[in-house]
Amino acid sequence: MKRLLNIVYVSQSDVYLALNGKNLVLLKEGEELGKIPILNLEGICTFGHQGASPALMATCMEQNISLTFFSSSGRFRGRLTGAINGNVTLRKKQYEVSMDELESAAIARHMIVGKIYNAEQNLKRTIRDHALRVNTERLTQVVERLKQARKLAFSITSLEELRGIEGNAASAYFSVFDECILQQKEDFYYKGRSRRPPLDRVNALLSLAYSLLASETAAALEGVGLDAYVGFLHRDRPGRTSLALDIMEELRPVIAERFVLKLINRKQIQASDFIVKENGAVLLKDDARRSFFKLWQEAKQEQVTHPYLKEKIQWGLVPHVQALLLARFLRGDLDAYPPFLIR
Amino acid sequence: MLVLVTYDVQTSTSGGAKRLRQVAKKCGEYGIRVQNSVFECVVDATQYKQLQLALEDIIDPERDSLRFYNLGNKYNSKVIHIGAKETIDVAAPLIF
Repeated sequence: MKRLLNIVYVSQSDVYLALNGKNLVLLKEGEELGKIPILNLEGICTFGHQGASPALMATCMEQNISLTFFSSSGRFRGRLTGAINGNVTLRKKQYEVSMDELESAAIARHMIVGKIYNAEQNLKRTIRDHALRVNTERLTQVVERLKQARKLAFSITSLEELRGIEGNAASAYFSVFDECILQQKEDFYYKGRSRRPPLDRVNALLSLAYSLLASETAAALEGVGLDAYVGFLHRDRPGRTSLALDIMEELRPVIAERFVLKLINRKQIQASDFIVKENGAVLLKDDARRSFFKLWQEAKQEQVTHPYLKEKIQWGLVPHVQALLLARFLRGDLDAYPPFLIR
Repeated sequence: MLVLVTYDVQTSTSGGAKRLRQVAKKCGEYGIRVQNSVFECVVDATQYKQLQLALEDIIDPERDSLRFYNLGNKYNSKVIHIGAKETIDVAAPLIF
């Protein structure tokens, strides 16, 4: 099993990343902030306008360390990847499947089923744990609707219909997302998805979590030799890691959304941690973003039993395992792609 | 696993200073310097072996010595730090 390595988050905008021997060196106005051996790293995420030395970039590409650039508001800008390694036959098979509507739908179906199932589990968990504080009736209704959507999704053979079901399920799920927010309700509310820019605090948190998850998933896919840019459900668009977005579908509810809810419900993040720009964009303050990364990294260290492998792994490895399972399916070692279904 | 590497390199004889520099540099590739000739390396079994072999090649066994302490995977409770020179924990969240 792959070892979960660390990711460095650079949130200050005046840090320069350099290479010294086989160490990543973080420089701020010529001062060394830190020095970390490259072999402990899985990736580097930078936010803002820092630079990185070409020597460091070269090493990252050689060692398969993902170097991801985000804007200071957390929007994904791009990722540095080296010569794609892995198996050319696997990638050819991936392209073949991606061009075939039916085969694409057969895989995408599993991902959507996974997504709906995991969303259901989120709601059920809220009902179970907080029955007296939430509108149980409304939540139960949505769970029922999700269940039907999930059953329907199983029999769908066209991508178009699948997207329709996915859209309906998502809007049902998000219509009660606000119910799952149990603490700090005056400051944190969910009235609908807004992005580019996020217009309320919950959306700001969701956007950042999705961004991180997408880049980690893309790195995981490339780690097993798949092309993160060629998807099944998400069609090709230059610069979009469509396959990462596909795999993410099933991971969003259990990784990103649960994480955001936990932050709010445990009061690990507060209203004062945000700033509002003139255009209405809501952004996390620098300090808060740092604690966000810290909690994100810590959440990744927690253990979970993988539903398909029946093996205890760290949460952070889940995207890697799903990438591996997808590769195995494309190679023909598995009959179907097993999505990650949380218990 | 966390491996603590300590070394003594005799610098009074010829080539000693060079060996010392090389040993420190090699250790720095694998871990973090916590004290003058002490490095903490979070490595897997392969990297551990590589580090051992690389260091063996550098030192002069007649004059220098190396010690490796393997503190295993659950090393957090095994290390206590008192005093100055706080170091970076490479397994903890790294946020700058």
